[in-house]
Amino acid sequence: MNTSLRPASTAPASTAPPTRTPASFKLGVAVILGMVLLALLGLFFTDEDIVQGSTVRIMYVHVPTAWVAYLAFVVTALGSAAYLWGKQHSLTFDRVAGASAEVGVLFMGLTLVTGSLWGRITWGTYWQWDPRLTTTAFLFVTYIGYLAVRGLGGTHQQRAKRSAVVALLAVLEIPLVHFSVVLWRSLHQEASVLRPDGDVTMDGLMLFTLLFGVAVFTAAFVWLVLHRQRVLTMADAVETSGLDAAVAMRRSEAGGTDGKDGTDGSGIDGSDR
Amino acid sequence: MSRPSTYKVALAVAAKDLRIERRSKVVANQILPFAGIVMVLFAFALDNDGILQRVAPGLVWLATLFSSIIVVQRTFAVESADNALDALRVAGLPPAGVFLGKVMALTAQLVLFEAVLVVLALVLYQVSVSLGGAVLLVTTGMLASIGLAAMGALYGGLSIGGRGRETLLPLLLLPAVAPILIAATRATEAAFGSDGTPLREGWPWMGLLGVFGALFLFGGTLGFGTLTDE
Repeated sequence: MNTSLRPASTAPASTAPPTRTPASFKLGVAVILGMVLLALLGLFFTDEDIVQGSTVRIMYVHVPTAWVAYLAFVVTALGSAAYLWGKQHSLTFDRVAGASAEVGVLFMGLTLVTGSLWGRITWGTYWQWDPRLTTTAFLFVTYIGYLAVRGLGGTHQQRAKRSAVVALLAVLEIPLVHFSVVLWRSLHQEASVLRPDGDVTMDGLMLFTLLFGVAVFTAAFVWLVLHRQRVLTMADAVETSGLDAAVAMRRSEAGGTDGKDGTDGSGIDGSDR
Repeated sequence: MSRPSTYKVALAVAAKDLRIERRSKVVANQILPFAGIVMVLFAFALDNDGILQRVAPGLVWLATLFSSIIVVQRTFAVESADNALDALRVAGLPPAGVFLGKVMALTAQLVLFEAVLVVLALVLYQVSVSLGGAVLLVTTGMLASIGLAAMGALYGGLSIGGRGRETLLPLLLLPAVAPILIAATRATEAAFGSDGTPLREGWPWMGLLGVFGALFLFGGTLGFGTLTDE
């Protein structure tokens, strides 16, 4: 599958296609329009919450980002499993897993930021050692580690295998971490955190805005992953063909002049192969 | 020639690792003193009436976690010198056997560490332990060490090969072993009787430690070969 990614020409950089396709372009436009509409809905058209006042508006961003982050990590796990157990060991699955994890870490970071801002206003503190928050922070760090593993170098297949195993290990880790954090908290329960989302009955437009936010952010996730995956594909192709280009350059030097002394395209050869 | 069984390979690898440590004395002369100084530094940082006594269980396990990172790095530094791990693989040894051997050797070393750290806590932090507490402590130490060793051997395998990989180990290992820190600390609190925690509250945590160890022994047996594949 990945052999088709290898450009036949030796100068891929200048002829690299854009990561845009007509379909993803339309999706991108839809995402941007959706975000604008979401901002209008969230900031102007919806009413303030009776209990939380205007801070409830953070939820229209917070809930969708959290949803996208969890979705992204599920996609990473599925992509990793598809890579490992697929007969072809397709690098496409690996790159989808990687792209999804990148986007997931970004959105998990946004979730933590928006959540702590909301918490500062509502709970009076940026952070509560509540199981859900703690597990979320762990997920964030775990997938930062996953991305670091992806950057270890080696051939693309090595990277894919290694990171797929780490991603699946993370799937084992997360429930255990969550379970142990729940136990930890159940023993040291000082004060029950006000659970504002427990008994709030949502007004129709607020609920619609929230669901609309989830939909728009999901579309944004798909859009970002599509592009990141294409960029990763091109980066892999450059690494592969970069070596070929360097070899071809050396060959032409050897054929053309005899006075060559160790000049090479060392800047572009795949030093981490 | 028949392939050696996984179990035999594991025993051979564990014996080899422990022999190296006994002869080189790196663990005894460098890493154990490190664990000791961490315990002393905790005392400097937290020197308030009675605080040390109360948080001693957590400090013992934090010191264990910090030391375990160095022990894991050490055990795989041995393998990366002269590409020893590649040699083991070329020899046709099952990766699961190598993994289990590493886990055994690491477990033995970590149990030693925990014993020393608990003694240090008894001496330096004025905690006391009953006979029943000692039984709980030994069980906690064994189970927690197996889990830590399994996790460490898994991610330690990734840290072989230079190029800034050593720095990756803490980032991968520490979040993953958080359940061990929680369970072992709570059990040790019960064993020490810190804050008047009764002994019987310690035993349920063994379940979490056991599940953790079993899960990652299983995961490591399956995944170690892939993780160290170069």
